Amino acid sequence: MKPKASVLVVDDEEIVRDSLASWLEEDGYRVDTAPDGPSALAKLAERAYAILLVDLKMPGMDGLEVLTKARPMQPDAAVIIMTAYATVDTAVQAMKQGAYDYLVKPFEPEELSLMVGKLTNAQALQQENVLLRKALKRQCEFKDMLSKSPKMEAVFELARTAAKSNSTVLVLGESGTGKEVLARAIHAESLRREGPFVGVSCAALTESLLESELFGHEKGAFTGATGSARGKFEIAAGGTLFLDEIGDISPKLQLDLLRVLDAKEFRRVGGTQLIKTDVRIIAATNRDLKKLVESGTFREDLYYRLNVIPVTLPPLRERKEDIPLLVDHFLAQLRAEMHKPLEAVSKEAMELLMAHEWPGNVRELRNVLERAAVLTRGPILTPLELDLTPPVVSGSPGGAAAEGADSLREMERRHIVTTLKQHHWNITRSAKALGIDRVTLYNKIKRYQIREDE
Amino acid sequence: MDEEALERVRRQVEGAFALPTRLTAVNGPPGETRDAKRGQHSSTRILRWILTGIPRSAEKVLGITDVDLFIPVLTFVFGEAQVGGSAAVVSTARLRLTYDDRPAPHDLVEGRLVKECLHELGHTFGLVHCPEVACVMSRSNSVLDVDQKRAALCRDCRQRLEDLIEERNRS
Repeated sequence: MKPKASVLVVDDEEIVRDSLASWLEEDGYRVDTAPDGPSALAKLAERAYAILLVDLKMPGMDGLEVLTKARPMQPDAAVIIMTAYATVDTAVQAMKQGAYDYLVKPFEPEELSLMVGKLTNAQALQQENVLLRKALKRQCEFKDMLSKSPKMEAVFELARTAAKSNSTVLVLGESGTGKEVLARAIHAESLRREGPFVGVSCAALTESLLESELFGHEKGAFTGATGSARGKFEIAAGGTLFLDEIGDISPKLQLDLLRVLDAKEFRRVGGTQLIKTDVRIIAATNRDLKKLVESGTFREDLYYRLNVIPVTLPPLRERKEDIPLLVDHFLAQLRAEMHKPLEAVSKEAMELLMAHEWPGNVRELRNVLERAAVLTRGPILTPLELDLTPPVVSGSPGGAAAEGADSLREMERRHIVTTLKQHHWNITRSAKALGIDRVTLYNKIKRYQIREDE
Repeated sequence: MDEEALERVRRQVEGAFALPTRLTAVNGPPGETRDAKRGQHSSTRILRWILTGIPRSAEKVLGITDVDLFIPVLTFVFGEAQVGGSAAVVSTARLRLTYDDRPAPHDLVEGRLVKECLHELGHTFGLVHCPEVACVMSRSNSVLDVDQKRAALCRDCRQRLEDLIEERNRS
């Protein structure tokens, strides 16, 4: 049985308090009593009440004073003033001060029943309304990340737990799913939040440059090393080192990294002194590390070192319910950045956004909106400004399930080729339109062996 | 109420709660429970008086009186009970009248008394008011309400009563 509301009866006469409490208890209410104003206020400070039945005439603090002091303490509580001496003035005054109603003693049982019943029903409806609104708005958050998707809620939950530990986190997910945003959020929620967050994109640099970038170097370590420099492992001391695109590092660096993770110490390139590390590693990749291990491209021992807490970010196409939420979020950001009165996307534009497959995920969505925001002259973004390529429909409707994976890759390849052509092979603009960074686009061009002349 | 009618009420109560029930005649309620200004008796004070004399052999005591009962904030009450306690009281004063204050037929009064006795005793077992108007545990603010309900617990209240009794037996 659902527990009923709590009621506080305030009256200086014991028999009134006890009898009214008994009457209300028979209705299932949880009843507390107070003999005077100060004790009533003390009770109000301790627990929440749905209804306060307050006698008007009491020695010391009278009912109206209790009402005035109770209102700010419990604005949701309904106060009913009881009086044996009804005058229009006191009634008006009570109502003006925010009383729900007043009753002239003695009153008919039916009158009290009706009033209390009506009041609790109204309060239940109001509460239901609040709960429904909350349910409608239900979304989970992790720092700057927002979602309505149960998949993301699980990701946030795991990330929150991971943040509390010092363990290595491996963030997996397609390009543009927000791996770095999540890494930053984990850092910001961790005990190391006062320390630095240092990110390195492992795919963007050659082996020797990445080595120097990670571990630093001593003067004369290589041609051009005119001075010594600290690496990211040193710079990130006391904080978090984010190793993005970890799946792309060379076998030599995989071994170096494994050694650092094992021994928690390293030497600068060309250096002899061992330097202790104090970093929490968050690694990320859009590649299937397990497959890379199976094919011998990635060290198994390093994989297990990194894969302590794996967190997989779902692609945007698997959480399309988040698109309206993300659109609102990005429009608010763009509104502030561009000082433009952007309000929303039109119904047709939203339909288009919902239908799109988003190979570049959240980043692509952000870029599409940014481009549209630049182009638009009004507060509502339309399909024209979104300039979304209609989703490519596979030409083989009867395709077997085994062919599904190939066709998805093929779709991605075709989408990239189309985008590159649209932007006359300008890599920066194409990458932006696809919602991926330049390095990822280069990697994809390489992987799919896309040529300019095709 | 005559003794025969009270005996019938006793049998109904015994049947409803499946507990041995007996009638005892007492003098009362005492004068101090009466409010001279209102010409009524305070049901809360009567409960207190009942509580001072509960026999060892009884778990619950239900007072049946013909005096009109009140609590200070209300014009009248049909009865009062301690929710989950030992004492309850029921008055026949208002049950004897029709809605427009004419004397009600004897068997109707007896039926109403059974309902109110079951109702107040239900409270002493821990039951609270039931939203089901036909259930004996629904609140009655007038004799019309009393006449609308049956002299029995609804299915939910019966289940709740069984749970409460089981809970009490365990502790």
